[in-house]
Amino acid sequence: MTSNNGKMKNIYLYARFERLWHWSQTLLIIILLLTGFEVNGAFKLFGFRTAVEVHNFVGLTWLIAFAFFVFWIFTTGEWRQYIPTTKKMFSVVRYYMYGIFRGEPHPVPKRKDAKHNPLQRIVYLILAALLLPVQMITGFLYWGYNSWGDWGLSWLSLQVVALIHIAGAFAILSFVVVHVYMITTGHTIFAHTRAMITGWEEVADKESVGDWEYKTKAKTA
Amino acid sequence: MEITERKQPLLIYMVLFVCWLMLLPVMASAAASTEKQAPGRSMAQQATKSKKLWHTSDHSKHKVLQKDFTSGAELTQACISCHSEAETQFHKTIHWTWLADPADKKRAYGKAGNSLNNFCISTNRTDDASCLACHPGWGTSTESRVNCLVCHSQTKMNFDEAITDIKGFLEEGDDESKEMAREIQAELRDAAQNIGLPARQNCGSCHFYGGGGDGVKHGDLDTSLVKPSKTLDVHMGTDGQNFTCTRCHTTTLHNISGRVYTQPAATDRKSLVEDDLVNKITCESCHTDQPHKSGQKMNEHTDKVACQTCHIPDFARVNPTKMSWDWAQSGKLKDGKKFKTKDEFGKFDYMSIKGQMKWAKNVKPDYFWYNGAIKSVTAKDKIDPAGTARVSWPVGDQQDANSRIYPFKVHIGNQPYDKINQTLLMPLLSGQKGYWNTLDWNEALTVGQTSMGLPFSGEFDFVETTYVFPITHMVAPKDNSLSCTACHSKTDSRLANLKGFYMPGRDVSSFLNFAGWGAVLASLIGVLIHALGRFLSRGNGKNRKED
Repeated sequence: MTSNNGKMKNIYLYARFERLWHWSQTLLIIILLLTGFEVNGAFKLFGFRTAVEVHNFVGLTWLIAFAFFVFWIFTTGEWRQYIPTTKKMFSVVRYYMYGIFRGEPHPVPKRKDAKHNPLQRIVYLILAALLLPVQMITGFLYWGYNSWGDWGLSWLSLQVVALIHIAGAFAILSFVVVHVYMITTGHTIFAHTRAMITGWEEVADKESVGDWEYKTKAKTA
Repeated sequence: MEITERKQPLLIYMVLFVCWLMLLPVMASAAASTEKQAPGRSMAQQATKSKKLWHTSDHSKHKVLQKDFTSGAELTQACISCHSEAETQFHKTIHWTWLADPADKKRAYGKAGNSLNNFCISTNRTDDASCLACHPGWGTSTESRVNCLVCHSQTKMNFDEAITDIKGFLEEGDDESKEMAREIQAELRDAAQNIGLPARQNCGSCHFYGGGGDGVKHGDLDTSLVKPSKTLDVHMGTDGQNFTCTRCHTTTLHNISGRVYTQPAATDRKSLVEDDLVNKITCESCHTDQPHKSGQKMNEHTDKVACQTCHIPDFARVNPTKMSWDWAQSGKLKDGKKFKTKDEFGKFDYMSIKGQMKWAKNVKPDYFWYNGAIKSVTAKDKIDPAGTARVSWPVGDQQDANSRIYPFKVHIGNQPYDKINQTLLMPLLSGQKGYWNTLDWNEALTVGQTSMGLPFSGEFDFVETTYVFPITHMVAPKDNSLSCTACHSKTDSRLANLKGFYMPGRDVSSFLNFAGWGAVLASLIGVLIHALGRFLSRGNGKNRKED
């Protein structure tokens, strides 16, 4: 099923902006989760007032930062890496459920222009296009509660907005748990982490990457 | 030589740099101190910046006040000889009529009408003479002339007693008595010449004693406010702004602003910024509705939360206030005699003539939605004796744009009601036939109801009642105001009883939290099992290379 020849190759996978974006978003999300769940009453850490103030500030920061990401992803054409596909989906699922324990190679190795396997494509699409925007929109509305009248949104219910926001937070936290684990499943425990820090990742040889995976065919040459 | 010459400027620069570094915090704090001030605070300071009173009259120089007075009426006439309209004006105010709207004969709200409370219950349409000690006339007659001195004399004195004593000594006629009379007359004359705007002591001579004793009624008004510290009241504190009552309770034609029963004290929320002639009766009059530093979340609370809610964390912080009064326990005798017992505050917690009473200090208020108006039952209204009957309650609703969450003292009473007519009953308390003398409910209730012109079936029992007081005085310094978690808390929110709206930190969906943490936990268990699988199978990582 796989055409991996077992040879590894060091390639530059993540651009400087991408890495900066990833880690700044990591930081923002961790702060938002900590302060947000404190406001929700899960624990006491910073104190309610500080938690609210930090959460509001960091939330707005995230909103602005996200605009840069959206700009980047469309100007570079990277958005194509998020187009969902069912091709090899089964293989990937089978790999994580079975092959990984047998020491089989990953069915869809990474390439500069093919960073996401089918499972990642769908997960990151839902994350970047649905979950994070929903979280940002509900967060922004929550933050602007006092202006709802001026915005013509008096019909909105704070409870509904808050509950969607909290549900989103749980979804993001669950994602973080799985994501942090999944990055240990590279050919070494820290291979993926190293890649997101330095930009360079050891990947399987070129022959093992299918043409269809590349975002543009021209770039495969 | 060359070397030292070249090194000197560097040394100077370094010293300058270090000095500059040391100056930084000073400069920063100076810059911050001008910027840190909240706009609403600046507004309030502006409004109270300079209140230099200036007088064109020295009352001690007025011939009309330089005589020996023998009656209250003479004194009032002396005042009126210059202030020709004062008495007519005052006769039209609620301070004199004790009626919310004298034209409304049917409902007759007011203590001289059908209104009642759960303390001494009623003035029996002013038949109960003991209540009239606080009526601003001379003696206990509603027909007397206005006693101007009780509000305007800066000398603390019992004017009614002085007049009674002068009359008594003059009637006795002997030289010693005449001498005594002259001494009291001299004191009274001094008091009559020592005139000014009402001070805290003047207003307090009645309002601090509402309910018949210091701090009985309000909880935020008692004698501790005669000379309060800033900690007790940040505005009235003698070590601070030293506000008098009239600083906020501004006055037109002797009508004093701030009465909050049948209608709100202020119907709009204007500040001096919007209208320089606005009544300064609300916090917002001076502080505006954006009293905190810009960008602070507290400014976004002012549409739903009254300033008092956070800034008066507890009431009765110096003197205790009465929290409950059970009339049903009255009438007990010890050795055939009436008796009293005192509590830890030195206040009477039992009196044969009044019943069981509970006092408390540093009381956490109750909170209700409040638009500034209080509704109350009158002696004519039917009550439901099955549960707790509300004698008065705040008007307001979360949906109402004019309502905000406001602190209250709730006084619990247990008072007589007519089992047949289902109305609260107005016993006569003082005097020969009053309950305090006879301890006979039947007689006191019969006489009391007759004075009200209301029926009494002869069958009575006691019913638990509540009576509310909005808490607005005893504003604490800002450092002592409530923190967010006083309300935004799952476990001990002060607003736990206010339902129907979502409040972050207080309200959680236990279903969502259960499902959410469940999902997080499931993810965690899932990855741990997967990791364990990888560890046991050693299928991942190194092994692959070995293949």
